[in-house]
Amino acid sequence: MSLLEVDDLRLYFYTKRGTAKAVDRVGFRVEKNETLGLIGESGCGKTTTALAIMKLIKPPGQIVHGKILFQDRDIVSLDKEDMRELRGKGLAIIRQEAQNSLNPVMSIGKQIAEGLLVHDKIGKKEAWERAEHQLGLVGLDTKMISHFPHEFSGGMKQRAVIAMATVCRPQFLILDEPTTGLDVIVQRQLLSLINHLKQELGLTALLIAHDLAVIAETCDRVAVMYAGKIVEHSDTVSLYRKPLHPYSQALLSAYPNLKGEKKQLRSIPGVPPRLINTPYGCKFEPRCSYALEACKHQEPEMMYQDGRYVACHLFQA
Amino acid sequence: MKSFILKRAGASLITVFAVICLNFLIFRLAPGDPVKMMFTDPRVTAEQMQEVREKFGLDKPLGGQFISYVQRLAHGDLGISFWQKKPVTRVLAEKIPQTLILVITALGMAVILGVILGALAGWKTGTRLDTFIVSASLAMYSIPSFALGLILLLVFAYTLTIFPLSGMSTPASGLTGFGYLKDVAWHMVLPAFSIVMWYIGEFVVLTRSSMTDVLGQEYITSARAKGVKESGILWRHALRNALLPVVTMTGVNLGFAVAGVIEAETVFSWPGIGLLTYEAVMKRDYPLLQGIFLLFAVSVILANFVVDIIYGYIDPRIRVGE
Ligand SMILES: Nc1ncnc2c1ncn2[C@@H]1O[C@H](COP(=O)(O)OP(=O)(O)OP(=O)(O)O)[C@@H](O)[C@H]1O
Ligand SMILES: [Mg+2]
Repeated sequence: MSLLEVDDLRLYFYTKRGTAKAVDRVGFRVEKNETLGLIGESGCGKTTTALAIMKLIKPPGQIVHGKILFQDRDIVSLDKEDMRELRGKGLAIIRQEAQNSLNPVMSIGKQIAEGLLVHDKIGKKEAWERAEHQLGLVGLDTKMISHFPHEFSGGMKQRAVIAMATVCRPQFLILDEPTTGLDVIVQRQLLSLINHLKQELGLTALLIAHDLAVIAETCDRVAVMYAGKIVEHSDTVSLYRKPLHPYSQALLSAYPNLKGEKKQLRSIPGVPPRLINTPYGCKFEPRCSYALEACKHQEPEMMYQDGRYVACHLFQA
Repeated sequence: MKSFILKRAGASLITVFAVICLNFLIFRLAPGDPVKMMFTDPRVTAEQMQEVREKFGLDKPLGGQFISYVQRLAHGDLGISFWQKKPVTRVLAEKIPQTLILVITALGMAVILGVILGALAGWKTGTRLDTFIVSASLAMYSIPSFALGLILLLVFAYTLTIFPLSGMSTPASGLTGFGYLKDVAWHMVLPAFSIVMWYIGEFVVLTRSSMTDVLGQEYITSARAKGVKESGILWRHALRNALLPVVTMTGVNLGFAVAGVIEAETVFSWPGIGLLTYEAVMKRDYPLLQGIFLLFAVSVILANFVVDIIYGYIDPRIRVGE
């Protein structure tokens, strides 16, 4: 049994200009103690997928189809109160732009302790002490507990946000670009902190990142997303060694080699497709250099091959 | 926080001094001779008028007058009321409590109710509750306050005779203690209601828009992601942030509240500073008016000082870096 299983999830934004299929027939599993990476160009629906799992999508976004099974319980059909109890305790998220995730008029300590007070039946004093301990765990000075967000640097805020998300020992943690926008040294530090916490707390995680090195270092398996769909899904080593889907290939060749070998970096020609009124066929077809005739008319099905999943006509036998 | 308060207090004192200067100048520069206004009786001779001028120091040069004005002010001397022939401070002191009761009750209710209703409307944006609250407050806001007061008087006091027509208590009722308080409260219903109705709309609309703005912020979604209950989101996370612009506006609005109080007191003959202002204007009682102006200005400055402190208390970003 997987800890989290997403099955045929479709999430659409009903905008004035039409329906944007931000998440379209997405499916994946995350086993206990495993970390799944989610990569793809900006706007392909990574954050939307993450927020869908937390059921934090706001109108005009709506889950129109599919299941999200957490511990075999479908959370798509879960009522508000049960879902609220799950948030922070079962499922937690460190959101993109974590810098803005902190309430400017509430002390860091209160914001960390709040999760404990909501979920665990403990008193204020104990919650405060545990918040203090948690602050130490993420490498912040425990004296900063009564400080306010504006007194923190970007990296410190990010640590505080990590402390906030993990204080209730969630079973599943979503990290949405946890290191974006920070300098390289801070990124390194945060990454080792995250890896440390994962082991310490036995976390299962979904990591969204643009930095393929970060993914390589942290994730057991990787899903590649393009235009609201998962186009390839395999273990990290195989994917990096031999990406199957033309988009995965393009994405990897747009990133400097991990082993430091020199290679020609190539950007992917064209732009990601609109999500509104998308044409039939494979979404990547207009930018794909291997496109076949079938790619124009028929959407490729997800294929299973040698322990890897890929949705591409090239592999359709 | 301490240095923040001290700084604010210093700024307030400077403002008070500026107000004193202005208050002095406005009355000296006003056209017309107050002494001539005072004695319209043709039998008063020019010599007698000159004597009065000397007595009040009106014959001295402006600079000298200002210094003696400030000196007397420092001793709590605001001069003698032309009309009541009593020290202005005493006239004011008799009326301040009445106005304070009315203003604190009415504005307090307007702020509290306005913020709660506005927060609810913002929280439930787009629902029928929201539409109702907003349109009702806009309607109230757009009725001229004196018209609202007169309508209230006509309907509830004159026609239905539920509430008294004027004053603060029943004359010669001999009531004491709790009975007296009840009588005062009864008299206060209509004037307080008219002030509340006039100011509540502004607070509702302001809180609502501030609330919808805050609810769209990232940290609200992040609080939800922690599993915080909706009530906690509303009161703990959203409202406190939404209050910041409301507090600022309250400070700005206090100056205008003075006008509302004068109007309400005049319409309902509430024996406070507002009614006194009206009478002082009618009687051209310059020293009294000057005293009233100073009182209003100082109260507004004081109230703004309190508002600043409250703001600093709510928003930690204001406090540091001071
Ligand atoms: N409220 C909304 N209304 C309409 N469309 C939306 C809304 N929110 C997101 N979308 C659309 O959904 C798509 C996916 O957005 P999402 O934020 O999930 O991308 P992402 O993969 O996380 O990108 P990035 O890497 O830049 O964070 C985008 O194309 C966006 O236009
Ligand atoms: Mg994103």
